[in-house]
Amino acid sequence: MHVLRPLYVVLTLVAIIFIARIFWIPDDFGIHEQGYTYGWYRQTNVEEWKDFTVKYRGRDFCINCHALQTQKLASAHHKNIECENCHGPALAHPAEPLKLVLDRSRELCLRCHTRLIYPTSQRSQIKGINPDQHNPGLECALCHNPHEASRPQVRRSK
Amino acid sequence: MNRRCFIKLAVKGTAAVVLAKGLDGIFRPATVHAGTAPRRFVFLVDTYKCIGCGFCVKACKLENEIPFNANVSRTWVEKYVVNAEGEVFADTPQEARNGFITGRIDLGHGKFKDIPQEKIKKAFFVPKLCNQCAKPSCVQVCPVGATYQNADGVVLVDRKWCIGCGYCIMACPYGMRFFHPVHHVADKCNFCYHRISQGMKPACVQACPTGTRQIGNIKDPEDPVTKIIRTQRVAVHKPEYGTDPQVYFIGLSEEVR
Amino acid sequence: MVLESLWTVKEFFVYPNEYIYWAIQIVMYPFMTGLVAGAFVLSSLYHLFDIKPLKEIARFALVFSFALLMVAPLTLLMHLAHPERSFYVGLTPHFTSAIAAFGVVLFVYASIVASELWFLFRKHLVEVSLKLKGKANKSLAEKIKYWAHKILTLGAMDVSDASLKLDAKAVKILAGVGVPIACFLHGYAGFIFGSVKANALWMTPLMPVIFIMSAIVSGVAFCMLIYIVIMEMKKFIASRKRSTTSSNTLKEIKGVEMNAMQTTVKYLIFFMIFSISLELLDLVFRSYTAVKSWDILRNVIYGKDFINIFLLQYFLGNLVPFILLLLPGLTVRRAVPALLLVLFGIFMMRWNVVIGGQSFSLTFSGYMDYQLPIIPRSLETFKEGLGGVLLIAVMPFILFWIFNKIFPVLETKGTD
Repeated sequence: MHVLRPLYVVLTLVAIIFIARIFWIPDDFGIHEQGYTYGWYRQTNVEEWKDFTVKYRGRDFCINCHALQTQKLASAHHKNIECENCHGPALAHPAEPLKLVLDRSRELCLRCHTRLIYPTSQRSQIKGINPDQHNPGLECALCHNPHEASRPQVRRSK
Repeated sequence: MNRRCFIKLAVKGTAAVVLAKGLDGIFRPATVHAGTAPRRFVFLVDTYKCIGCGFCVKACKLENEIPFNANVSRTWVEKYVVNAEGEVFADTPQEARNGFITGRIDLGHGKFKDIPQEKIKKAFFVPKLCNQCAKPSCVQVCPVGATYQNADGVVLVDRKWCIGCGYCIMACPYGMRFFHPVHHVADKCNFCYHRISQGMKPACVQACPTGTRQIGNIKDPEDPVTKIIRTQRVAVHKPEYGTDPQVYFIGLSEEVR
Repeated sequence: MVLESLWTVKEFFVYPNEYIYWAIQIVMYPFMTGLVAGAFVLSSLYHLFDIKPLKEIARFALVFSFALLMVAPLTLLMHLAHPERSFYVGLTPHFTSAIAAFGVVLFVYASIVASELWFLFRKHLVEVSLKLKGKANKSLAEKIKYWAHKILTLGAMDVSDASLKLDAKAVKILAGVGVPIACFLHGYAGFIFGSVKANALWMTPLMPVIFIMSAIVSGVAFCMLIYIVIMEMKKFIASRKRSTTSSNTLKEIKGVEMNAMQTTVKYLIFFMIFSISLELLDLVFRSYTAVKSWDILRNVIYGKDFINIFLLQYFLGNLVPFILLLLPGLTVRRAVPALLLVLFGIFMMRWNVVIGGQSFSLTFSGYMDYQLPIIPRSLETFKEGLGGVLLIAVMPFILFWIFNKIFPVLETKGTD
């Protein structure tokens, strides 16, 4: 019955595919906790994500060596701002990098201190300035000390 | 039975067995692991507290290696300004990675709109991140099982398995997904799974200076986030899509898109 | 940095991660599979129902369907961010996703078309291989031809009447079984869009049916067009010979051509009516029910995309060819532009669905504009740009030319 020959060809291809699948599909690929619809995945990937490098260490990490600055900050209006928000992520500091690069730009401070009176938003409670009118182009840190934010502005001599 | 018949039978028999096993492997894939986890992560966003500083976006990008100047992000903050006529203006300039240093509305095409202060009746910021839905439509449509929901509710993407079809990106009603500009696979917020799995807080939660962002475990009744969700008036975003999102908002106003 | 920003322009309030991720290749894919399905249905109309005027075009449509089928996955490979992983859909298919059906459906359909071609051309394959077998001192080209034909016969060398009758029966069965599979091949593409609840334009149960109907329209129009081109070429060759026998051949060709054309046009019109009715029904429903998304959709449909939808797709792509084909006294000269417009209309339908669905933001308060990359400045802007489109457009013809060497369809006296 020659009519079945194409069928044999197709079945052979299917067999080859099924055999190849045995070698190519990762062993830990299957249905996990959430069922087939939501839990069809390669189990090892969860561990791979757990091993992803942590970059931000948090204030508790900084205070180990930089207690003085952290305490100064804690008594001021900026006490809730994480060190790394302005100083950048600690990564493996002090091994790598040795020094963190501080963002001294005007734009950093304007994130909160551009005065926006927004009814129903806590933004309205933050003292701020109009960036186009208040010393445009200058670094805020020239006159203000972010670590002693409660003190009035201090003009630093350069 | 002669040799020819035997060989024919053997080949047919083997083929039948291989076919059956193969089909079984496809239609009834092995259940490798089953059980209920003690944790289910949920998130709480208090939009009254958000000041639009954008440190969360900056921290997220640096923590999760999303190129800082690329116009995609795992999380972002939206600004809403409502005037006396009830007109709503909203924007999210560069996904708020540099915060909101101006009150202008970014209309795109390099065009801006200024709304005079006296006309603003209500304005607020809304941080957004992946809802880690209980019924994620993005996971449902992945053709290869590259994205999935873990036992603790977090939806992850397997970077080594994603083929980059983009179906999950189209299927998310919240616009949370994107193609990673470097790895060229689907990417999205995963509650900083590498941090929360070792007891740390997500980068955005840690960076937030006002306590707008909080993460909790809905299965723990003593968890402060769980207590708020259970006792206060909270809302989720776009519940009509049936995805059962797990990010709760305080102060989610009707203007929020 | 963000690839999709090369061809996406955002306006007003759009979520940061929103871009036009499904670009021109995703427009081309349903267009190509639509041609595949349509060509197969046309071919089956003859093999199943013995509609005599379609005999010439049927065989040719089948070979072209196969050529188009080989090209359709190429559009997807050009779209995927990791095309080297494309076979994962066969390794760990997640059948809750419509795309996972692709691997299975494509394989099944390809098997059916390949088998049907085998049964149709088996006699020819046997004849060629026997002829070449007897020839001593074959050239390299002849050696390749001999071995290709010999292997393709699969050892079934019996070309007796009884054997050929079995072949014809098998063709009939495959043509019948193949029609729903061809419909599924394209219907599932419609399901891919129609089931995305996150997209306000795509989400409708009508989508799979709209896609199937417009697929058949495009496939039939395409095959008619190529058939006319081939017949005109034959007429040109015959008319240049200028003898009594050749003028008889010319008349013969003309007669066959008109007959085939008129019959096919009837089916084309029927499917065109069906297709446009469904699309208009969808539009009427949306405008009547006016759900939350209607405001932004209305702005897209009647505003930004008005020209694309109403002028290009509905008017130029549907109404004009409709009139051209229905007016009495249909000639080849009138049919050709009509068919070209039909194909254009179906292409615009795919464009208006895929690109149109990404023209508005999930915020329902913003828009995205698609700008097809014309000049390729990188591999990506070639693949998802005009270059990629032209490559896909040309490939089926190249493949058809190659297939024609084994499954010849360009002679008037066909074997059947």
